[in-house]
Amino acid sequence: MLKYIIKRILIAIPVLIGITILDYAIMSLAGSPLEMMLGPKTTEAALEAKAIQLGLDKPFYVQYFVWLKNMLQGNLGYSIKSYQPVRQIISSHLGPTLLLMGTSMLVGLGFAIPIGIYSAIHRYTKRDYSLVTMSFFGTSIPSFFLSLIFIYLFTVRVGWLPSSGMRTAGGDGGWGDLIRHMVMPVLVLAISIAGSNIRYVRSAVLEILQKDYVRTAKSKGIGRFLTINKHALRNALIPIITVIGMQIPTLFGGAVIIEQVFSWPGLGLITMNAIMSRDYPLVMGVALLTAVVVLVANLITDILYALVDPTIKY
Amino acid sequence: MSNSETSDYKSSTFKMIIKRFRKHKLAVASLYFLCIMTLLALLAPIISPYNPNQVSTSFSSPPSLAHWLGTDQIGRDMLSRILYATRISLFVGFAATVVSTVIGVILGLIAGYFGGVVDIIIMRITDTIMSFPYILLVLVAASIFGAGLWNIILILGFVDWPGAARLVRGNVLSLRETNFVKGNVVAGMPNRYILFSEILPNTIGPVLIYATSVFAISILDEAALSFLGMGVQPPTASLGNILNGAESITILTSKFWLWIPAGVLIILLVVSINFVGDALRDAIDPSAKE
Repeated sequence: MLKYIIKRILIAIPVLIGITILDYAIMSLAGSPLEMMLGPKTTEAALEAKAIQLGLDKPFYVQYFVWLKNMLQGNLGYSIKSYQPVRQIISSHLGPTLLLMGTSMLVGLGFAIPIGIYSAIHRYTKRDYSLVTMSFFGTSIPSFFLSLIFIYLFTVRVGWLPSSGMRTAGGDGGWGDLIRHMVMPVLVLAISIAGSNIRYVRSAVLEILQKDYVRTAKSKGIGRFLTINKHALRNALIPIITVIGMQIPTLFGGAVIIEQVFSWPGLGLITMNAIMSRDYPLVMGVALLTAVVVLVANLITDILYALVDPTIKY
Repeated sequence: MSNSETSDYKSSTFKMIIKRFRKHKLAVASLYFLCIMTLLALLAPIISPYNPNQVSTSFSSPPSLAHWLGTDQIGRDMLSRILYATRISLFVGFAATVVSTVIGVILGLIAGYFGGVVDIIIMRITDTIMSFPYILLVLVAASIFGAGLWNIILILGFVDWPGAARLVRGNVLSLRETNFVKGNVVAGMPNRYILFSEILPNTIGPVLIYATSVFAISILDEAALSFLGMGVQPPTASLGNILNGAESITILTSKFWLWIPAGVLIILLVVSINFVGDALRDAIDPSAKE
């Protein structure tokens, strides 16, 4: 067990190094930060002075290690546009994104798990086919198009929901207002999460239903309800839980587009704005942070999986 | 086994695959739909009623007999634009899928067959790329290398290969243990022969199934990128950049013909590809059902 955990961590270390190298390489590819900082109207001498001041006259790998050292000390660099520390910008926008992603994940899985289980239990029936077909549509609708339809229906047509931001300007700032702003972005993200997970949950449950111990339970005559709830679902939960770890990169990617459409003031929105204005230190700071979070999440899921499932081979 | 027996065996497997595929009515319908759309897209220069970039004086006119899907703000015929956009979107999706699948298959074959340090390096690179949010890498690459048709194809292709590489590696690892591959190794066949003539044909099924999902995702990604203004650039029409205009509230509220058809078409294309992929999975590998 311990051996497995150590092995898993040892695998993660080169990936972590790879993440920092790739992140740094992309940032270097993006062009010299000097010209971005000083603008086109500058002299050679000023460029050179600034380069020495920032250590940009040193070779590529030296700069990488300097950057890495700063990174380890929690210094993610400075935004080229606002000159604020990247760390500060990220931490002040993290909350809204976590709120949006967390709620969407809960709602999405809240749909996907019961529907997937229902579909598996009633497999090859008309209901099963229509639910699976629906889930295909859930994954096939571009999230921005669904957002446009929602805005058209709920904001333009009936005027129930606000289409942008997180709170009404000058409003009372209560929970009701926040929830009204959240309904549409959460629904759009939740539909795509549910769409991709219904089939996953369904096949996980189906696989368990075909296991010998479920057949034994059935043959004991304890009834359908107990068989499914006590014997099948508990075991199906293991693969279902591990999906959550796999969701994070996709979810963050979704948030970038959804936050843009709904002007949700989170990490996705500032990242998109930073990409548009070529503020690469900020963009790559966000990319690095999400990649590390994904790596850690995968590590934790793998270890949890091994802890929960005694049949896994080390 | 003689040659004719081999081909008989092959053709009967093929027949079985078709037979199982045809049981999925939705997938068969989807395949017809995809064929028709591909044909329309290929024939766009011949059948589209107008030049897609031809400006006319009927600005934003609703659908009529002259313009079946209306015209946009500068009077271009929407039907023609959508035909050309389908052509571009299908092409981007297809080309990106080819690029990523070829890279993924080659790296997966190498990693799985040779193992050791090569395997470790390739798999850690795969893990590294997969840790970054896919769309973020694509957006950053698009802003560095510039938007445009070929850039988008290459970017999508170069970011999306890790899935195929992992899949092929896994398949190769299990094939390497089979007797027919071991027999070849013992017989002293060259690596190149074993890889491309023995192992590769046996991984084509799963790769094909995986490629359909990549195709669907690439179409969605091209649409998202172009919608955000970082993909295919106007005046070239793509299904995504047609929707870009719908962010303006007047189009959204009163000019449905400028955004609904393109969006619905994306959904239909992507969902059809997914249905076909799902039925293919069932037809090629019935043991892996569900």
